[in-house]
Amino acid sequence: MRLAALPAGFANPVQHAQAVFRCLLDIMARPGTVATLPPEVSGTLQSPPGCSRAAAAVLLALADADLRLHVGTAATPLLADWLRFHSGVRLVPEEAADWLLFDAAELRAERFGHWRAGDDEAPHTAPTLLIDVPLLGLAATTEAIGLQLAGPGIEVQQRLVVGGMDASFWRQRIAQQARFPRGVDLVLCCGDRLAALPRSTRVQLTEG
Amino acid sequence: MTSMHTSTDSNTDDARRRWLALLAQAPRAELARHAPPIVADHRFETLRAPEVGLVMLRSRIGQRGDRYNIGEATITRCVLRHRPAEPGEPGEATAGIGCVLGRDEERARWVAALDALLQVPALHPVLSTRLLAPLAIALAAQRAARQAQVDGSRVRFETLQPEATR
Repeated sequence: MRLAALPAGFANPVQHAQAVFRCLLDIMARPGTVATLPPEVSGTLQSPPGCSRAAAAVLLALADADLRLHVGTAATPLLADWLRFHSGVRLVPEEAADWLLFDAAELRAERFGHWRAGDDEAPHTAPTLLIDVPLLGLAATTEAIGLQLAGPGIEVQQRLVVGGMDASFWRQRIAQQARFPRGVDLVLCCGDRLAALPRSTRVQLTEG
Repeated sequence: MTSMHTSTDSNTDDARRRWLALLAQAPRAELARHAPPIVADHRFETLRAPEVGLVMLRSRIGQRGDRYNIGEATITRCVLRHRPAEPGEPGEATAGIGCVLGRDEERARWVAALDALLQVPALHPVLSTRLLAPLAIALAAQRAARQAQVDGSRVRFETLQPEATR
């Protein structure tokens, strides 16, 4: 590991980790709403290559030596060193992980079987996916998939547009609703913005 | 630490190990006299702010036998990065590590900053004479004084062999 080349972590570790944690609580409580990283975090955090600043902030806020993390194609030695140095987290294979960091392009429906799904007695053992997407928001575009969301935390309906992810992946995400409370939670990251889709949220695909 | 510089060999690692040990053990007063004027000329970026934690110390009796835990010690560690002053200036960034016994955050910062500067080839010779040499003398003097203090109460035990067994 070449220490001198590592990007810095949070400028103010305690307060910035708390601010990011609050941000995560908010988006988990209101699925589908898009939050932006607090300005004091986005203004100072250098993200390592291969992952967005929002994903980097979430990992810095939550990861520690007890977390089992899997990193998909973004797993460069520099990213692994960066995570190890700033959080002490261990990288593990996909099927053993509590948290998984993926790039939207590598997620296909068939990946769904690789992760632990939890069981009815311990549904919390299912992992959370942290996904870097190229587009996240409300405006419909041709390359993005529109989602209609309903469920706990959503008064009537919530719309969310997510780019870069395969429709087959979303069909698997919808299929997991039948197995509730088992299933994975999703945190979608795009630049400095992030949104969450907990397993309790019911998803429908819309056109555009 | 597999690739510190492109020209890394065991020699420079050994040298760094020696100066880190010296910086970590040097008397605080001496460090406080030498470090601030040197460090003030350079700018550092904090990679890991000073943090206090515990390490488990392990030991073996007489360098043999099984390892056991001798106890926990409080340490403070810190990592700083030094970049060449001007953006266009030649030279690489270096990262310095400070790890000292106790909870003295300022001392950990000094050690990290000086370690980063000692890795800069252009600065190393100057710092060797201006910093490392006086610190080594001070550390040796401190150890000698302590040794002399302890020697005053030393008791030597001799075991006399009975004549018969000779």
